[in-house]
Amino acid sequence: MRLLGLYNYWVVIVLMMVGFYTIIARDNLVKKLIGLSIFQTSVFMLYISMGRIHGGTAPILMEGTDVVYSNPLPHVLILTAIVVGVATTAVGLSLVIRINEAYGTVEEDEIHSQDESL
Amino acid sequence: MDAVIDIALLALLAVTALAILRMRNLFAAVMLSGIYSLLSAGIFTALDAVDVAFTEAAVGAGISTVLMLGTLAIVGHKEKKPAHTPLLPLFVVLVTGGALVYGTLDMPPFGDPTNPVHHHVAPRYVEESGHEIGIPNIVTSVLASYRGYDTMGETTVIFAAAVGVILLLGGARPARVAAGEVSGGSEEGSEPLEEQSHG
Repeated sequence: MRLLGLYNYWVVIVLMMVGFYTIIARDNLVKKLIGLSIFQTSVFMLYISMGRIHGGTAPILMEGTDVVYSNPLPHVLILTAIVVGVATTAVGLSLVIRINEAYGTVEEDEIHSQDESL
Repeated sequence: MDAVIDIALLALLAVTALAILRMRNLFAAVMLSGIYSLLSAGIFTALDAVDVAFTEAAVGAGISTVLMLGTLAIVGHKEKKPAHTPLLPLFVVLVTGGALVYGTLDMPPFGDPTNPVHHHVAPRYVEESGHEIGIPNIVTSVLASYRGYDTMGETTVIFAAAVGVILLLGGARPARVAAGEVSGGSEEGSEPLEEQSHG
């Protein structure tokens, strides 16, 4: 049970590291942004996992006094984070489009070599 | 049963993330990231976060997939094979991951109601929001009332992002394209960009 208690967190770390690796090891800028969104979602998963209570239910009030609700606070924080995450992704994609317009490529190493040849 | 669903969905999620990493065709990677968002919406439902689940399904699987596809239509969907060996990134990622795993060993166990996170303000929201705000959904009460300023800040961020996107892709473009035409050079990508601004 102890191992199962950490399973969620470990999968979150695996996802986080896959996203991180995509960001630092891939040259394609769109791929980097996909990696960034994988990373973001893993953080959401971490928060939501912490808010969960065994035997609890969604935090929507029901009749009866002995109902256990999961913690609503992480849900609120992550709702905000999801929307902000998409907003930043949109800005990042616009930057990629402008970079493509200026350099004719979205591969980072080609952009660097163009900069150096100037 | 809850645990089985949780374990299965999280395992699928990890497989999807690895598939995205390995995929050279960016179109397929973007579709997989839509699947990734949908799977995480399923996990959020299993973890009782229903509001987060439908936001993730609408915004993560819907809007961001559309944005990525729109970008791919302009920049092309083939990823080049990386020229350098990924040893250094792999090392950095493994060390960071190892440090994080070491950090989780001190985490309170998943789902325990005595965890510190469930103590401070959360019980008050659960107990009082029903008659203080009068909305059965506690998440809505906190989002729109107790933490209304946070939501206003969020709106500011979205506004700033919208202004940024408009400045990057909107207003300045006709002048730039016109300048390209004057100098006689047909700039790459100017045509699809115009199409996008109409769509």
